[in-house]
Amino acid sequence: MNPQSTLPPTPAALPPKSGDPSAPAGSGHKGPRSEVKLFAGLGHVALAVWAVIVIVPILWTFLAAFKNTSEIFSSPWTLPAELRWENFGRAWTKAHVGRYFLNSVIVVSCSTFLTMLLGSMAAYVLARYKFWGNRAVYFLFVSGLAFPVFLALVPLFFVVKNLGLLDTHTGVVLVYSAYSLPFTVFFLAAFFKTLPSSVAEAGMIDGCGHTRLFFQVMMPMAKPGLISVTIFNIIGQWAQYQLPLVLLSNAKDKWVLTQGIADISVNAGYEADWSGLFAALTIAILPMIIVYAVFQRQIQAGLTSGAVK
Amino acid sequence: MRHGKYPFVIGFLFAPVALYVTFVIWPYAQAFQISMTNWRGLSAPQWVGFDNYRRLLDDGAFWKAVQHHGVLLLALPLITIAIALFFAFLLNVGGKSSGGQRQGVWGAKFYRVVFFFPQVLAVAIIAVLFQMVYRPNESGLINGVLMKFGIEPILFLVKPNLALWSIIAVLVWQAVGFYVVLFSAGMASIPGEIYEAAEMDGATKVTLFFRVTLPLLWDTLQVAWVYLGIAAFDAFAIVAVLSVDGGGPDGATTVLAMEIYRNAFVYSKYGYASAMGVALFFLTLTFAALTLRLTKRESVEY
Repeated sequence: MNPQSTLPPTPAALPPKSGDPSAPAGSGHKGPRSEVKLFAGLGHVALAVWAVIVIVPILWTFLAAFKNTSEIFSSPWTLPAELRWENFGRAWTKAHVGRYFLNSVIVVSCSTFLTMLLGSMAAYVLARYKFWGNRAVYFLFVSGLAFPVFLALVPLFFVVKNLGLLDTHTGVVLVYSAYSLPFTVFFLAAFFKTLPSSVAEAGMIDGCGHTRLFFQVMMPMAKPGLISVTIFNIIGQWAQYQLPLVLLSNAKDKWVLTQGIADISVNAGYEADWSGLFAALTIAILPMIIVYAVFQRQIQAGLTSGAVK
Repeated sequence: MRHGKYPFVIGFLFAPVALYVTFVIWPYAQAFQISMTNWRGLSAPQWVGFDNYRRLLDDGAFWKAVQHHGVLLLALPLITIAIALFFAFLLNVGGKSSGGQRQGVWGAKFYRVVFFFPQVLAVAIIAVLFQMVYRPNESGLINGVLMKFGIEPILFLVKPNLALWSIIAVLVWQAVGFYVVLFSAGMASIPGEIYEAAEMDGATKVTLFFRVTLPLLWDTLQVAWVYLGIAAFDAFAIVAVLSVDGGGPDGATTVLAMEIYRNAFVYSKYGYASAMGVALFFLTLTFAALTLRLTKRESVEY
């Protein structure tokens, strides 16, 4: 907040309205102006403080990842005495963070791909074809936006179990995709509706089939929408905790990263391996920072896309 | 477009609908049915009518959880939206204006990027991170400093009356950046001339905020409230990982998702857990209906 902003932009652009023309600074207007200045200063301080609150816990974790346990207790606020890379080695192999990380990558890439494929197919048909039952199917999908997952947690567990998919990545991938469909269909249907129909008609005249039209004409045209929803789904599915906890409980080698890290944090207490836990946390957080740094704009747009309709 | 439409439509819809019905609609439908039984997983379920719901009424843990949702439902949106609005205003309209062009304060871009980052992290990871931050001895981020200055460590997660607020603080920590970006988008769509005109009339920044920004942002605020409300009804990951023994100490931070999980997968009380799920469903529905009713207000056209 700059004190100048309470004054009109340029003196010439403004016919003096009140008894307060754009006088030189400080003339008879001291009170409110210094108040504004104070407010502006406080604003800057508040922003800086919040930035510190966001950054410090993460930075502190990164530093602690290089310390040993006694250092973590004796000097939590200093730089590590030496760079103990072995903490990361221990977290990666002994605590299986590498395994969990890989599992997360496998599960999320499969389920996001499946979500996008099925979601865009359904959304496209629902948005651009008139047929009996169209509205009913659309509302069936969209109604899923309103229900919390854990309402159906118990029956879901048994559905997956009866299909023989409990403790498998296939089961988790299918469930993630199913629960991602409502938002994906809702968002993409709105997007496909906005695409011009002239291109589609031209394609049909050229003898393009419905399926080819979809994959070769409509999909490329819907790219911005597809990217937003893909990012939304990747981040949402990467963060899943409750579903894998229920669906993979007995197969520790199939666990995803969130569940693995939470488990390590429980065991760190028993094994007194705090530096290993900090290293594991760092391994979980650092890639997100890198991805975020590169795709920052797309990620912000993708995650807020649901709210800005 | 007429030729061969139906085979194509059915071909494209079959797989998504089948997947969705199997894993979403079918379990939802079953949840209502299971909630009327005393199913424990081993023998065939027996129909018990509304018994589970009657037992819910006498269940202390259930009511504690409902109460915590009430606190979350008020505190989480209020605190998050207040902080986010303040920051979004500073970042977008806070700077000096030149020729009617609104500018944010210096460093606005940097702040927006940093503030948003926690949104990218998984809640479970953040919960582990804050376990470290809140640790009750010198190895904790906060208590490490306090103890250096000879101050008694604060038992953030152990003190019953502090634990829930410590958890809410983490949720706010994660959420603020998202809403700063959301509100920024809303503020950017407010035409600069409106601010210009208001400033010509001698409006201060504070007046601008309350008289111009806030009313024109009403729709976005409503969306934010609904989103945070939904988050307040979830909170499973944060409570399960961060709190002392899953909703503790002594149920001081428990939420319904936690109780559902515990009853179903620890005690194998599937019928009872499903009844809780259905109760939660109606709570969510009530919240959504109430929000829509209460915030219904003529949106300002501009």
